[in-house]
Amino acid sequence: MENAETRQGPRPQPPAAPAAAPRGGALHRFANPGRFLRLSGRVQPWLIGAAVLTLGIGLPWGLFLSPPDYQQGDTVRIMYVHVPMAWLAMGGYTGLAVTAILSLIWRHPLADLAARELSPVGAAATAMCLATGSLWGKPMWGTWWVWDARLTSVLVLFFLWLGHAALVRAFDDAERGARMGAILALVGAVNVPIVKFSVDWWNTLHQPASVTRLNAPGLHVDILYPLLVCALGFTLAFMALVLARTRAAVMERRIRTLQIAAARRAEEPGNAPLDARLAGDLA
Amino acid sequence: MNRKRRRLWVLLLCAIGLGSATALTLTAFQDNLVFFRSPSDIARDAPKPDRAFRLGGLVEGGSVTRESTPDGRPEARFRVTDGATAVPVTYGGVLPDLFREGQGVVTLGKLGPDGVFRASEVLARHDESYMPPEVADALKRSGHWNPNQGAAPPAATWNTLESAPARPRT
Repeated sequence: MENAETRQGPRPQPPAAPAAAPRGGALHRFANPGRFLRLSGRVQPWLIGAAVLTLGIGLPWGLFLSPPDYQQGDTVRIMYVHVPMAWLAMGGYTGLAVTAILSLIWRHPLADLAARELSPVGAAATAMCLATGSLWGKPMWGTWWVWDARLTSVLVLFFLWLGHAALVRAFDDAERGARMGAILALVGAVNVPIVKFSVDWWNTLHQPASVTRLNAPGLHVDILYPLLVCALGFTLAFMALVLARTRAAVMERRIRTLQIAAARRAEEPGNAPLDARLAGDLA
Repeated sequence: MNRKRRRLWVLLLCAIGLGSATALTLTAFQDNLVFFRSPSDIARDAPKPDRAFRLGGLVEGGSVTRESTPDGRPEARFRVTDGATAVPVTYGGVLPDLFREGQGVVTLGKLGPDGVFRASEVLARHDESYMPPEVADALKRSGHWNPNQGAAPPAATWNTLESAPARPRT
């Protein structure tokens, strides 16, 4: 019965969203909210399980079992949270730009929802990156904060995340907010390569990349492997969070649609008694 | 399909325009985006005296002396080098833990008329190498790396070195 609501085809009620035509090819196969809920519902427990398992291995490995650094001592363990958060801040924003492209060009209905639910999680990851970096900077560099190109561009990235989260919620017309958010996401995407290459283009206090460089990684394997496991774990947890939020948003919208439909039906004479109560929720 | 293609092109053109505008802006502000200047930059184009700027480089090996000023305050003297040129620096505060010969530093201060840089702040800068102490010891013992001379050798030579037995390996 639930699926019949969202199936494409002739139906009496207006669709929950400007649902795309079903013959859109692979891109629009997941545009159907019912299919998305079914598929993601099947994936979600596995995603959560994998995230818990990977973090359960990676965090104790990195925070307790891995060796200290020759010059930074145990402070280097901040890296096992800081670096995954930095990667998620940038990778997540790249994902936001992809949803913006899907939304602006193909008018993909789920892309807007995903973008709306992605930005608070991305902002939290960026905040974690800044906070852990500051805690790392004080004992090692001797300062909580400097205005070098890397730190400043990450702060700009944080404001872009916050700005997107606020902008898409600032419009009464959700679709208009989503359009504005998509444009902001694409404009802000120019900052992602600046964050990444700031340490190569300019003199910065922050050191250059250790893992993603052309020659061998500048980390000993005893430090590199737990870092990669932590990064995978945090990425899976990030994805699980965004997926859960998007699912909740789809279901919320479906409830709203049902309530509006019930309210419409209540206005028609003849079937008032039952639906009137449902409609009361809207008032 | 036609509308989608048109939106794709509009977006692509906007992206190219925005990208090149950003690239041009960043190139124009290149000098202001630099967090510190190297000793070679100073030698080429010395800033005006009484103008504060940041000087960055490696602490030259064997150049660090800790003295006391006439009024009894500790003062560190060292030279900051980038390989080609070196600038003498004096600093009267607490040095960061990572400060040592061969380590990267960024100092904020003013260049005196005598060519000595008087720093009011010294920040340590570490490179992108991370290794267990045993591996660092092994590298030092085998003569592959003298930390006082600067950065660690190419990572491929040590990043899979076994760290458990603290024995020198070649």
